[in-house]
Amino acid sequence: MLNKTSFTVTRRMALLGATALLTLPRTTLAQTGPVEGGRLVLIARPEPATLGLGLNLQAPTIYVGGKIFESLLTYTTDLEPMPSLAKSWSISEDGLTYRFELQQNATWHDGTPFTSADVVFTADDMMRSSHPRWKLLAETYVERIEADGDFAVTFTLREPFSAFIYAFELSSLPIMARHIYEGTDYRTNPANNAPIGTGPFKFVSWNRGQSIELERYEDYWDDSAAHLDRVTFLVIPDAASRETAFEQQMVDVLRPGDVEGFVARRLSETDDVVMTTMGEEFYAPHAFIQMNLRKPPFNNLKIRQAVMHAVDRNFISNNIWFGMAAPATGPVSSRTAFYEPDVTPYPFDIEKAQSLVAESGLSGDDLKVTLTPLPYGQQWDRTAEYIAQQLTQAGLDVSIKGVDVSGWAQALSTWEFDLALNYTYQYAHPALGVARHYLSSNIIQGTPAANNEGYSNPEADRLFAEAANSVDPEETQRLYTEVQKLLVDDVALGWIFEMRSPTIYRDTVNEVVTSAIGAMDTMKATWKAA
Amino acid sequence: MKTLLKNTPLVIGLGLLALIVVIAVFAHVFYPVSPWQSSAIPLLEPFADDTLPLGSDMLGRDVAAGIAYGARVSLTVGVVSTIISITLGVAIGALAGFYGGMLDNLLMRFTELFQTVPQFAMAVVFVAIFSPSLTTIVLAISLVSWPPVARLVRGEVMSLKTREFVKAGIVLGESEGALIFRHILPNAVSPIVVMASLMVATAILTESALSFLGLGDRNMISWGYMIGASRTMLRDAWWLSVFPGLAIVVTVVAVNLIGEGFEKALNPQAHGERKA
Repeated sequence: MLNKTSFTVTRRMALLGATALLTLPRTTLAQTGPVEGGRLVLIARPEPATLGLGLNLQAPTIYVGGKIFESLLTYTTDLEPMPSLAKSWSISEDGLTYRFELQQNATWHDGTPFTSADVVFTADDMMRSSHPRWKLLAETYVERIEADGDFAVTFTLREPFSAFIYAFELSSLPIMARHIYEGTDYRTNPANNAPIGTGPFKFVSWNRGQSIELERYEDYWDDSAAHLDRVTFLVIPDAASRETAFEQQMVDVLRPGDVEGFVARRLSETDDVVMTTMGEEFYAPHAFIQMNLRKPPFNNLKIRQAVMHAVDRNFISNNIWFGMAAPATGPVSSRTAFYEPDVTPYPFDIEKAQSLVAESGLSGDDLKVTLTPLPYGQQWDRTAEYIAQQLTQAGLDVSIKGVDVSGWAQALSTWEFDLALNYTYQYAHPALGVARHYLSSNIIQGTPAANNEGYSNPEADRLFAEAANSVDPEETQRLYTEVQKLLVDDVALGWIFEMRSPTIYRDTVNEVVTSAIGAMDTMKATWKAA
Repeated sequence: MKTLLKNTPLVIGLGLLALIVVIAVFAHVFYPVSPWQSSAIPLLEPFADDTLPLGSDMLGRDVAAGIAYGARVSLTVGVVSTIISITLGVAIGALAGFYGGMLDNLLMRFTELFQTVPQFAMAVVFVAIFSPSLTTIVLAISLVSWPPVARLVRGEVMSLKTREFVKAGIVLGESEGALIFRHILPNAVSPIVVMASLMVATAILTESALSFLGLGDRNMISWGYMIGASRTMLRDAWWLSVFPGLAIVVTVVAVNLIGEGFEKALNPQAHGERKA
């Protein structure tokens, strides 16, 4: 017996939805419906290495490739699944079978019809061997993937996994063409540089170092969408030039990170410019201080509590991130499913922090630590300086280590750090983006996004495992609530803030952010006033 | 002494430098709190608050305190790296100039190896390889700035070597070490001093440029760092870059004036002030 999605809207989500409505970007033009035509100019930053979506998970590849390729589902800003290449879907009551009905008139940009064979090829073959996140999911949970006729696909799981409905987002499982990739070396396939997708825009040309041109795909399956004639991505490596390009109206949209927070705030104060921090709910980037729990001083709970009390998370959000961040309360972002706000708070209190350090009984060299900052620009530098200063005040002896991106990744991946800054995506569900930082089975080297701090608690392992397997949303919430309280009491990580990165665009552009992945999505609904 | 006082560039330069040295040495007295410490509301404009005459940055850190502590870094880097590179340059230049022949050839090819690579690019590479810290910055600057000294000293030594007083020394059976250190180098000291003072200025600028690029010591506040950190906010908070910029200008000008003054004092002929 199949019922239409077992997903329920929690009270929190309803609230979030309401807030979303209140903060939706203003549109100044009379809503007379989309205007057809026009050219939208975006920025590829940095220039992508390839457009083979799914083979490369870096943001610029997703940003550009996301206009060319599609996934089975996309998600509303309150994380409800929405149709994309799947027009409907259902989940069996036992949580083991996910069935997708596909769009029947979709075609690849070379004219070949899109069918269930493409989905099975992508999910069972191509991405299973090439996509680290999908590979892990598929190996752990997926029993088999089968086509049912040309336009239906069924995923059968080994055990229930309620987060599975979130595994069909653009960067998680982009659908690739079987007739292009089957039997080839995926990584060297020439289509990676001249991609053929099913999306609203098809690839025209790529002038390396300059720009990538896309144009409307005339046979796009959704007749009511794909309004723009052309989409151009300019390669502008320098931040100041990106700002100028936007001010000079050479560029229509700035995605999160194209300009730093301070500039974003200034640009948004201009009359004909719209800024929104919506469109990031799926990723919900969550920033934290990683403390190496393997050795003093951070194997001492009092020191970790002192860290939480010493750092003023409001100050960081308001003064370093210029309001484009919100203080984090624990391991789960307030925008992710199953968030629990009612956990032990650690209010800013430097005296409390000092007395906790004193109570720890540690002194001298034990309190000497190195902070490995995240080398992602000015705001991260300031965050590191601020944290180092606060911890110094609390009684630690902190020095900042100068590193580049690979040095930072190296330090985390080999556990050679005392304190490090980091942020990761949450992917809508704790089982996808949160548990990986705390499961003792994930204490692995080689990636900066695992359980690098070395947190190991059998109780947390059990709760995460049970929650992931639970099919009852209330039970799932209860388990996730419990594990969040536990992690916050243990201060497994020092959670600092939820990033609220701005998407900025001219008010002549409409429907830029329409889903939980914002500007990364296909932009099939986007249109530009003449 | 009288002639020294008449030497306007030297007097002005020394005066300015003395002021900067006092600020650097007594930074902790003027500003007992660490310059990294937030001490006011963020982005306070200059001259708005008497206790923070130069305003505060985005973290509420006192810009004036940053400049005072930054003076320490700039002066330390300038002086220490100059001492190291002068020592290196003099040693290599003296050996090459005095002994000539094969050794000269070897040492000069080695020197050229360093001279052919742009100095700043090489400093960036050194610092990037050996992770940025005050020590590596000083070493990197020293390593890239000794070759001109070596060439200068070599030339001086070669020319002095042929003078009568050196020949007399040889005849009297003075050891080679005594010839170099007691007779030749003391006579080559004036161009070295002039060059050294100019090198201090270059070193300060190089350190600022490295810090500006984010290759400074992350635990020491420096002028270059202050400018680099606030560069993106130039349009909204000019004082964050302008004051440290002025500090660099004043220091470099002071050191250059001293260099010019020395040149004037030690080589009066070139300035048409020949006495008697």
